[in-house]
Parts: sequence; C-alpha cells; structure tokens
Amino acid sequence: MGKSKSTNDPFEGLWKFFASIKLSVVLLLILAVTSIFGTVIPQNADPAEYLRAFGRFFYNLFHALDLFDMYHSWWFQLLLFLLVVNIVVCSIERLGATWKIVFKQKPAFNPDRFRRLSNRKTFDSDQSVTELQERFAPLIARKYRFHRIENNANGNGICLFAEKGRWGRLGVYTVHLSVILLLLGGIIGSRFGFDGYVNIPEGEATDVISLRNQNRRLKLPFTIRCDDFDVSYYDSGAPKEFRSSLTLLNNGKPVAQKDIIVNDPLRHAGISIYQASLGEMGPKAVTLKFTNRQSQMEYERRAQPGKPIDLPEGGGRFIVEDFRHADQFRSRNIGETFIGTLTPTDGPAQRVRMPVQFPEFDQMRKGQWVISVVDYEKRYYTGLQVARDPGVGVVYTGFIIMIIGCYITFFVPHQRVCIEISRRDNQTQIAVAGTTSQNKVGMENAVQLLVDKLKKLA
Amino acid sequence: MTSSTILSVITFVYAAAAFFYILSIVFKKEAAGKIGSIAAITAALGNLTGIILRWIESYRLGMGHAPLSNLYESLVFFAFAIVVIYLVIERKYKRRIIGAFVTPLAFAAMAYASLNPNISDQIRPLIPALKSNWLIAHVITCFIGYAAFAIGFGLSIMYLFKARAGSNPDSVLNQLPRIELIDELTHQVVMFGFLFLSMGIISGSVWAYSAWGRYWGWDPKETWSLITWFIYLILLHCRLMAGWRGTRIALISIVGFLAVLFTYFGVNYLPGLHSYGVGGS
Repeated sequence: MGKSKSTNDPFEGLWKFFASIKLSVVLLLILAVTSIFGTVIPQNADPAEYLRAFGRFFYNLFHALDLFDMYHSWWFQLLLFLLVVNIVVCSIERLGATWKIVFKQKPAFNPDRFRRLSNRKTFDSDQSVTELQERFAPLIARKYRFHRIENNANGNGICLFAEKGRWGRLGVYTVHLSVILLLLGGIIGSRFGFDGYVNIPEGEATDVISLRNQNRRLKLPFTIRCDDFDVSYYDSGAPKEFRSSLTLLNNGKPVAQKDIIVNDPLRHAGISIYQASLGEMGPKAVTLKFTNRQSQMEYERRAQPGKPIDLPEGGGRFIVEDFRHADQFRSRNIGETFIGTLTPTDGPAQRVRMPVQFPEFDQMRKGQWVISVVDYEKRYYTGLQVARDPGVGVVYTGFIIMIIGCYITFFVPHQRVCIEISRRDNQTQIAVAGTTSQNKVGMENAVQLLVDKLKKLA
Repeated sequence: MTSSTILSVITFVYAAAAFFYILSIVFKKEAAGKIGSIAAITAALGNLTGIILRWIESYRLGMGHAPLSNLYESLVFFAFAIVVIYLVIERKYKRRIIGAFVTPLAFAAMAYASLNPNISDQIRPLIPALKSNWLIAHVITCFIGYAAFAIGFGLSIMYLFKARAGSNPDSVLNQLPRIELIDELTHQVVMFGFLFLSMGIISGSVWAYSAWGRYWGWDPKETWSLITWFIYLILLHCRLMAGWRGTRIALISIVGFLAVLFTYFGVNYLPGLHSYGVGGS
C-alpha cells in the first residue's frame, strides 16, 4: 500500500504497509461491516436453534466462519491485532515530526506564509510602529503562550509572532495509546479473569460456579452463602428490587457480608459478585387453616414441607409433601396447590389437595377436618454472576486517557498568528493572519476577534 | 398542566420553527428566519420546562428518577439537545439558514415521541437494572453525541444541495453558507459528537461493569454504537490524514447518522440487553 518505491528490504516494505493511513481506514471499514454479522446472528446460542433457523448448509458455513462467536474468532482478533500494529506504526512514524514542533525552544516563523493566508485582515492607524507594538504586546502575551518580535523584511516595520496550543498536537497520540490500553486490558481480562454464574437457594452455600460459554466449572477460593433473598414489586407488577444477603466464608469463617442489589455488587479478593437473576424454588413454609366440620372451630398452623405436625385437637398427624405451580382438577387449571397426607391415629391415611385459590376445595373430601392454605412464603434462589477481571484497571485508564485525548485532539488547536505592523506613507498598516491545526473557520473568527481588540488599542 | 401536554404543544412550536426557517430560504425573507429563531428558542425553553416538570412529576408519583429512562423520554431529550446545539451554532456563526436543515429533525423526534401510539408517555418506575447514577451520565452523553451527529447530517444534506446548485446566482440555495464553511462546520459537529459518543460508550461500559461485571459484552446495541464510532472515526481520519473534503465527507456523515438511527431504533428489533429502549407500554 502507499506509493513506496519498490524496496528490497522486506522489513521496510512491511513498515510502510503498516504506516499507511489507507490501511487504518480499510481496517476500520472491515471491522465496522463485519461487526454487523454478530448483531444479526445471536451469539453463543444453542446449536440446535441455529440449525432450525439457518438450515444445515448455512449452519455449516457460519460455523466454519466462526460467526456464532465471531467477536472471539481468530479472524476478528487478527483484524484487531492488525489495527493495533497499524496504530503503533503510524504513531511512531509521525510522532517524531510532531515532537519537534511541540518541544522546539525557538519556533521558526515565516512572515511570507502569513501574508498569503486567506484569513489575513488589515486596518490602518495613525500611531507609530513602536507605539503600536508597545500597546499590542501585553494583549498578545496574555492571549498566547509564546511570542516574539522581528523586524520585517522590507525594513519598514515589525512582525509580532505568537502561538498557543502546541501540545494539542500530542492529543491524537494519547487517543492511540488509549485504544491500545483498552485492547491490552481486554486481553488481560480474558487471559487471567473469568466470568461465571451460580444459582444459590436461600439459606444454602456453594463454592463452585459455571463458566459462561464454556462447558466448565470453577472452584472459588471462598464459599458464597445466600442468607436471604427478597424481591419487591411495584403496584404495576414490574420488579422493583432484587436483594440477596450474601456472606462469604473462608474455611467456615465469615470474611465478608453484604446485601447486594442490581448495580451494587459485592467485591472481595478481586472477585465481584453481581445480582443477575432469580428463580422460585417452591414454598419455604405454609400457614394452614384446619376447620373442624362439626364444631366449626378454626385453627391456624404453620408447616414446613416434609415436616409432620400434630392435628389441632390431637388424634393424628399431617404432613405437607408436595407443591405444584399449576395443578389440574377435572382438566381445569386450579393454580398453585399444596398436597399433603393426613394420618389419623384410628384410620387409613388420606391424601389432601389444597389449592391456594380455592380454600373450600377440601370440603369435597368430607373428612373431619377441612384443610386450606392461608398463606405461604416463597422460597427463592438467587442467580449470581461471579466474575474476576484483572484488566479493568487498564481499561479504565484507557477510558480516561481516551476522553482527555479526544478533547485535546479536537478542541486544543495549535494556533499561530502573525501581526505585521508596517509604516506606509503617513499611515501605519496592521495586518493580522493566523494558521491552525484544527478548525479553519474558528481561526477566521479568532483573527477577526483579535483585529477588533487591536483596533480598540490602536 | 402536565409535562406531556407541554411537550405535545412544543412539538408544534418545533414545527413552526422548521416552517419559518424553510420559509426564509424559499422566499429569501430574513424576517421569517428571525421568527424561526424565536420559535426555536421558545421550543428549547418549553422543552426544558417539560423535562424538568416531568422530573418533578416522577417525584410526586413516588418514583423520583430523571426523565431519561425510556424511548419517549430519550426522544424528548434528543430534540432538546439538537435545538440547543443548533442555537449555539446559530449564535456563533450567525447563519440562520442552517436551521432549515436542523429544526425539522428536532420536530421529527418530538412528533415521533408524541404521536406514535406505540410510544408511551407515561412515567414508569425504574426496573432494577436502570437504577444507577450512570443512567443519567450515559443517556445525556449519548444523546448529546447523537444530536451533534443529527446536525452533522443536516449540514451534510445542505452541503449536497449547495454542491449540486453550483454558483447559479438565481438559485435560492445561493443564500446557503459558503461550501467551505458547511464542510468545516460538519467537521466541527462531528468532532463534538464523536467526543460525546465516546463518553457515552464509556459511561455505558462502566455502568455495565457495575451492573453485570462486564464492561463490554458485544450485545447488539453496544456493537452498533461501536460500528457508529468506527464510521465517524473513518470520517475523521479521511479528513485529517487523507485530506478528504466536501461531498465524500458529507456522504460518510450521512452514513454515520444512519448508523446512529439504527443504533437508536433498529437495534430494538434485535435480541439484547437494551430492550427497555422499546416503546415501554
């Protein structure tokens, strides 16, 4: 690429290839276009779903091209790698020249160049050259960083040079650096970090998680215990908050404790634990009402699934055995239903169905007791995302440098102005012109503004 | 009066601004341009009032969140950002004519928000994922960026008009700014937009890390914002390093804005985490 003369040195040819801005544009274009694929084809889905959606032929084709996990494919990574090499080579290639401009002690100015500028503006004054020079100098010194006065070539006056924003030319290199930091941080994260998830029922603990997009499990250096899980809802039914009370244990001893919600994770030993999802596990405890058919006496009893309780007036036991989210009765859905067994001391055991929504359902059994559900506590499991990313510091540094770098590159232009004060006949002519590394229209305005200010002083 | 009512009314003020700006070009009447400016300023103030009022209303309803949480609210802010950035340019460069190419976009955003039956203007409580201080930073930076790109789009369209018209002295397009000025302004707003898009992507990234433990997950919205970023990066490099000017830059800027629109609206039809951007009804 580029118009390099045919060179025999392969390294030089390669260097020229990577120093080309055309390569940058082509790479960015390829990255932009190929990135679209991964937004249209869902990534890392179930192969069976892909087969159904695309058919055998396209499935094989897409699979061969790694399109089901394209952002981690070898060719996408290669493109990113080429871009990094391109950025580094381009920056090195151009930094030298920029460095000379930015750090030169005594910058050279060429008055002829300013005379030819289209933004050059002139006005006349009655004052003498030296008088004007003395009046202008303080303003110029205030508005610009470097300034210097030279006699002009015609010998009838002086040129006042000034400049500012030299360092703005370095902005683009910091942006390039930031991009490299982002990709470096990404590599560190994927090499030395992990990203997994685990579901923990309330009251239980685990130290093993499943890794995302990999068929692998990972043992953590500590145990996560979910002490409690709460979910609250708005009146509209939309979820308001998911909250898990977590305790981290090391050899059985608590080392950290926190209630986590979405957007507020628990961080410990470089590992972060995020509230990601939730699920229901069936009931934790149920409050039952026992009604004596003869006396109409009512008793409330709390029962835990699997644990028998005594009947209110004695004479038997009752146990809640099962819970169904949607039970069927005469092929009709009767909703959430508890199933239990009543064992009288003087008779055979009876099966009891207790639909939550139909408290009178058990009357059909015609037993001594009518049992119904008053209320029950749901038992949840919390879905946690567990991740470790040692590259985040590098990435965040890249973020900050990128924002500062973009600002400097775009909005700190390197501006140079030349104010020529020359005596002609009985008038003094003042000519103002300026060059800039950014924003030519802005420079035109700046020249006009400067002229307005100088006119007031003249 | 509720914020939705004010914002519906403001939609028509935007229409008036667009109408008078266009009128001032077609009939070469400076006075119409002045009315356009007054309408645009009124619309901006009314728009801001609507946003603030909506914020207060959300507190009254016991939710208390910034009005930046769904498609309706983002469109309202989008229109506001467009008109404010435009008014700054108008003041700085004293070119009212640009308004004819920009205010219709602000009007379109407001009209889409107010009139589309699929977009709910109700204030809704925040779902857990959106409860973060990063929400405000993320949405504001993104939409300032989008607004700048919208203006860049308007300027690019203007450039193409002007470039086609050539220097025919009778053409109404003769009043348009010099072609070099349009080109330079496009470049300025693209740089401004690029800075804010970068901040928007970064704030979203930091937010994603605090919510899901991943600062980048290649979900379609993220990826499309990156595609948009690439396109404007190409524009900047072509202009600064390869010396491209004019029509070619205008075309890239138009493609870039189409990518912005797709990132904003189109992605909702693809699977991903940003689904709360849809209608919300």
